[in-house]
Amino acid sequence: MSEPLLSVRDLHVTYGAEGKAGVPAVRGVSFDVAAGETLGLAGESGCGKSTIAGALLKVLPPKTEIRGEILFDGEDVLQMKPGRLRAVRWTEMSIVFQGALHALNPVQRVGNQIGEAIDIHDPRAPTKARVAELLEVVGLPARRGGDYPHQLSGGQRQRVLIALALACSPRLLIADEPTTALDVMVQAQVLRLLEDLQRDLGLAMIFITHDLSTLSYVCKRTAVMYAGRIVEEGEAEEVFASPAHPYTAALAAAFPLIGDHSHRLNPSGLGGDPPDPRAIPSGCPFHPRCSVAVADCPNAAVELWPAGDGRRAACVHVLNGSRP
Amino acid sequence: MSSTTVAASPRSIAWQRRRRALAQAWGLYRRHVPGMIGLSVLLVVVVMALLAPVISSHSELDVVNTVDHQRWASPAQVPPLGTDDYGRSVWAQFAWGARISLLVGLAATIIAIVIGSVVGIASGFYRGIGSAILERITEWFLVIPFIPLAIVLAAILGPSVRNIIIVIGITSWPSTARLVRAQVLTLKERLYVERSRALGASTRHLMGRHIFPNVSPIILANLTLTVPVAILSETTLAFLGLGDPTRASWGKMLEESFKAGALTRDAWWYYLPPGLGIMAVVLAFTLIGTALEEILDPRLRESRR
Amino acid sequence: MNLRFVTRKVLAALATLAFVICFNFFLFRVVEGDPVANLFRGKNLTLEQRLELRKQFGLDGSQSEQFVRYLEQTVQLNFGRSYTTNRPVMSDIWERAWPTIALVGVSTLLSTVFGVMIGIVAAWRRRSKADYGWTGFTMATYAMPDFWLGMLLLVTFAVTLGWFPVGGITDTGSDATGLAKLVDQAHHMFLPALTLTLAYLGEYALVMRSSLLETMREDYLTLARAKGLRDVVVRNRHAVPNALLPVVTLIAINFGFVLSGAIAVEAIYSWPGLGLLTYDALRGPDLPMLQGLFLVFSAAVIFMNLVADLLYSYLDPRVRTE
Repeated sequence: MSEPLLSVRDLHVTYGAEGKAGVPAVRGVSFDVAAGETLGLAGESGCGKSTIAGALLKVLPPKTEIRGEILFDGEDVLQMKPGRLRAVRWTEMSIVFQGALHALNPVQRVGNQIGEAIDIHDPRAPTKARVAELLEVVGLPARRGGDYPHQLSGGQRQRVLIALALACSPRLLIADEPTTALDVMVQAQVLRLLEDLQRDLGLAMIFITHDLSTLSYVCKRTAVMYAGRIVEEGEAEEVFASPAHPYTAALAAAFPLIGDHSHRLNPSGLGGDPPDPRAIPSGCPFHPRCSVAVADCPNAAVELWPAGDGRRAACVHVLNGSRP
Repeated sequence: MSSTTVAASPRSIAWQRRRRALAQAWGLYRRHVPGMIGLSVLLVVVVMALLAPVISSHSELDVVNTVDHQRWASPAQVPPLGTDDYGRSVWAQFAWGARISLLVGLAATIIAIVIGSVVGIASGFYRGIGSAILERITEWFLVIPFIPLAIVLAAILGPSVRNIIIVIGITSWPSTARLVRAQVLTLKERLYVERSRALGASTRHLMGRHIFPNVSPIILANLTLTVPVAILSETTLAFLGLGDPTRASWGKMLEESFKAGALTRDAWWYYLPPGLGIMAVVLAFTLIGTALEEILDPRLRESRR
Repeated sequence: MNLRFVTRKVLAALATLAFVICFNFFLFRVVEGDPVANLFRGKNLTLEQRLELRKQFGLDGSQSEQFVRYLEQTVQLNFGRSYTTNRPVMSDIWERAWPTIALVGVSTLLSTVFGVMIGIVAAWRRRSKADYGWTGFTMATYAMPDFWLGMLLLVTFAVTLGWFPVGGITDTGSDATGLAKLVDQAHHMFLPALTLTLAYLGEYALVMRSSLLETMREDYLTLARAKGLRDVVVRNRHAVPNALLPVVTLIAINFGFVLSGAIAVEAIYSWPGLGLLTYDALRGPDLPMLQGLFLVFSAAVIFMNLVADLLYSYLDPRVRTE
């Protein structure tokens, strides 16, 4: 089998590490993404999934410690020289941020912001034409390029961000909660758009979200994260149909009701909160909230153990073969 | 310990929580190095001002008593700070002058803060003609430049410490009012105020429980940042000749040193100390204010949740 | 920016001006009733002198008659005659306005440019030595009374070192013209301009710093960096323009206030501007002069506030495209 397009090996990200205790947001994550493949990263807020997105392009705040390897096409992003890194950004990998109002520069027209990305990497490109093309691809009339961000609706801003992310024809698209801030109807449109683009352009995609229903719509494979680690991974549909890890089970079992706003804040329906990264429980970090925890769990050194065909999960029950 | 403990009343719980929050705030403040520096400097100046009668002699301030003293004596000749053109002790002026500068600064600030807060809360909380008028008045006063207004008022009211305090207080309240009003407006939009209203809470309840506790940190931080402005204003007014002629103040020292030609005589001991004193006090309050702002802004709010 | 918006702002400014004009009148009358008694405190006046003075002040006739007369005169820019020079107040003000505008203009320009630059460096490299150093420096200059700083500079550079003249705007007795005169004036303006620049640059630096710090938390900066832009470009092209918005209005507003705030500094340097005029008028007190100056200063602030408002709405597309 050919080399994966992206290969993350044992990634550790610690915020504010200045000799003193930093905040460990990502604690040893590894995954692969093949060309044209879609991977979902699921989990509640604070589990580290957005940090991974920032780490891949190395745009995390200064004074953030990153260890491990991020191999894109065999090249380690973390070892790249600044010039090479800037060249790789956006042309190979790009990010679609959440379309909040301040994801775009408020005093610059959106067309110019898209054009800027093109001009950085290819000064001789026919920028205006490209921008118009991109806007049309995402379903916006070309004249919208002359608008300012505040003149667009949430859905339109999200489309602009997608157009922006495609500006330099990257091979990997990272979508960080691209539909979270949108209404259900608009969500569906944007998801469909992403699906079409991914298919037509043969993009590899990492889809980060807490919303499982949207994830299984777009992604073939998924990894579920908790407290900075991956706790389960496998084929998306299978993982949610028959979860191997108790946390995944909770996430999958919590059916959101229409109009239930609390679902967004507590998608797992579990009691308690996700652990504070500065005070992660010992052993399996999920044990305080786990309904099937056993005496061994606070002490067990959990890893991702095989749990079926192409599936792994970090639970002692999986190890013991006593899956629920 | 008895097995049945009487549950503490809500009020005592609230007070316990407030005490804890205060202790927490002080703990945070203590670790804030610039804030502690500011506090210490301020304490030194306050102590010096309070001890003025002890560490210097009041009689040295009166021209009548110093007729036969050496004029323009340098600190080497007459420690610790030499004499001025009338033979008066500069050190005595400095020590006693601290009192006026601090007094005016604090008193004027309190007036400005009280008026400003009342106007700000009223115009932010209430709707209707009254609050619109208050807002207009605030905006108008903000437009009138301070120094000309202060000059005119001082010239009309006459120079005395009390009048200077009034003048500075009257000219400084608008900026507090505007700040407080903006805060009250944001607070009004917060859900819990709406919910309280829906529950039938009275205005007094809203003011006391919701508005006031959330506006006080802003007012407190604003207070520490307004004192420097008041002190600098007093200095300028005194320099322009509008200060109280019977009392020594740092601004007055600068006025007299300038008029008497201390600059050309190189009598640095007369004009350097008051300026440095003002700088020290202003910096102290600014540092304290910055420390308070940092503490009150993100952290306390988090822990109160 | 549509006409309705501009008209609304201009009308508001005119309303404020009208308020100030009325306020000016009452300030000198209502506060303690008899200005003549106040201002000539301690001087014995005969009844005749009193009546004559009242007439001179325009205090004869009823309050409303006085008020109407005052309004008429104000609209014609007639502020009466100065007590000290007996010339029309307006001509004195007119003459002295330009030195102040030149001094304040240059100082505002310099303090803005340097203040903003310092603020940018301090924010971008926050918590570094550069940040602490600059923040400390600006805090120190802000804490000084501006005229005291003027005194120090005067003593050091003019009295002791003799590099600059001790006061005034030109060398007395010199009849240089044209370029030589300008150079001479610039030479005289150096120290007062330096004083005002240092005094005000702290505020710009601090405001720019906190504005930029807030801007730096925004997502679009991360996006700009992710696009592959160099750090400096991200700062200058995306962060700074957004952070500058509040500073721009501050500049305009400050210009209005500094016009009247330079009184003490002008006194120190004997700079023949409106400030020195005010300082001298306080000796009298030259009441008509003070009244006229008060109005002029207030009008300047109102005008610059209007400019700041319009400028901001032009620069910020969020306001412009409402």
